[in-house]
Amino acid sequence: MVLQATSREVGDVAVVDFSGKITLGEGSAVVRNTMRELVDHGYRKILLNLADVDYIDSSGIGELVSAHTTVQNLNGELKLLQLTRRVHDLLQITRLFTVFDVQSDEGAALRSFR
Amino acid sequence: MSARCDTHSSASSFLFGIVEKSLEAEILRHRMTPTAQRIEVTLETLLESVDLAESIVKRVAEASGFEEDDVHKIGMAVREGVINAYNYGNQHDPGKKIHIIVELEAEKMIVHVLDEGKGFALTEVPDPLAEENLLRTSGRGIFLMRAFMDELHVRPGATGGAELIMSKRFPQGVSDNGRGQRK
Repeated sequence: MVLQATSREVGDVAVVDFSGKITLGEGSAVVRNTMRELVDHGYRKILLNLADVDYIDSSGIGELVSAHTTVQNLNGELKLLQLTRRVHDLLQITRLFTVFDVQSDEGAALRSFR
Repeated sequence: MSARCDTHSSASSFLFGIVEKSLEAEILRHRMTPTAQRIEVTLETLLESVDLAESIVKRVAEASGFEEDDVHKIGMAVREGVINAYNYGNQHDPGKKIHIIVELEAEKMIVHVLDEGKGFALTEVPDPLAEENLLRTSGRGIFLMRAFMDELHVRPGATGGAELIMSKRFPQGVSDNGRGQRK
């Protein structure tokens, strides 16, 4: 399934609802292009909703790490929302839970931005 | 008995169907014979080969009696192996092939992924869990293969590049004679 990305604005936070797989090729490219577009439009508070993403491979992980670094270098904040079990496990075994701010509730996630 | 399948860029989706059908027949034959079995698939160095290899091996794993979570892990490990062959081994060279061999032994399923690159040693691969590597955007494939399979080895392959050999033991209650039958 091709990755779908739908962006919305909640206050000064850009929320992106992803649906599908973030894998080598098209999926990773969708994340990269979405992030570039948001950053180019000046967003510095970004919440990636992964509730409908059930599969991420090493390429997808790399893309999320790249997104995190890009936003951090701009003094912004990037958070992940509602991980599925497999994505949660993947971030856990790769120690990326220590890198990403992972949230489970959208309201709480939005309030947690500085 | 072994099955050989080749893919071509212009008709990969068409061949995908053929591979799936022939594989299905092959798996059925495997389930009827008690000895070790072997399937060989040769893939083009294409992005599509990553999904195809994952799909083929998942089908074999499923038919061999692995539970859903293990099928997912085996599929992902093979996916990472083929990404490794596509990116680092063959370096996207369309003149090179990626070879997949699946062997069903009495106690475990073994998957070989061979590329036609220069080869590498596991000791050369940086630890992606090290603090200084956590923010790297690549280099997690080998780690994931290790995490999802019981064993992973790398040796120089017969095709000139690296040969990744990964295996996973069948779940309890799935013997060679009863492969495909869950307890």
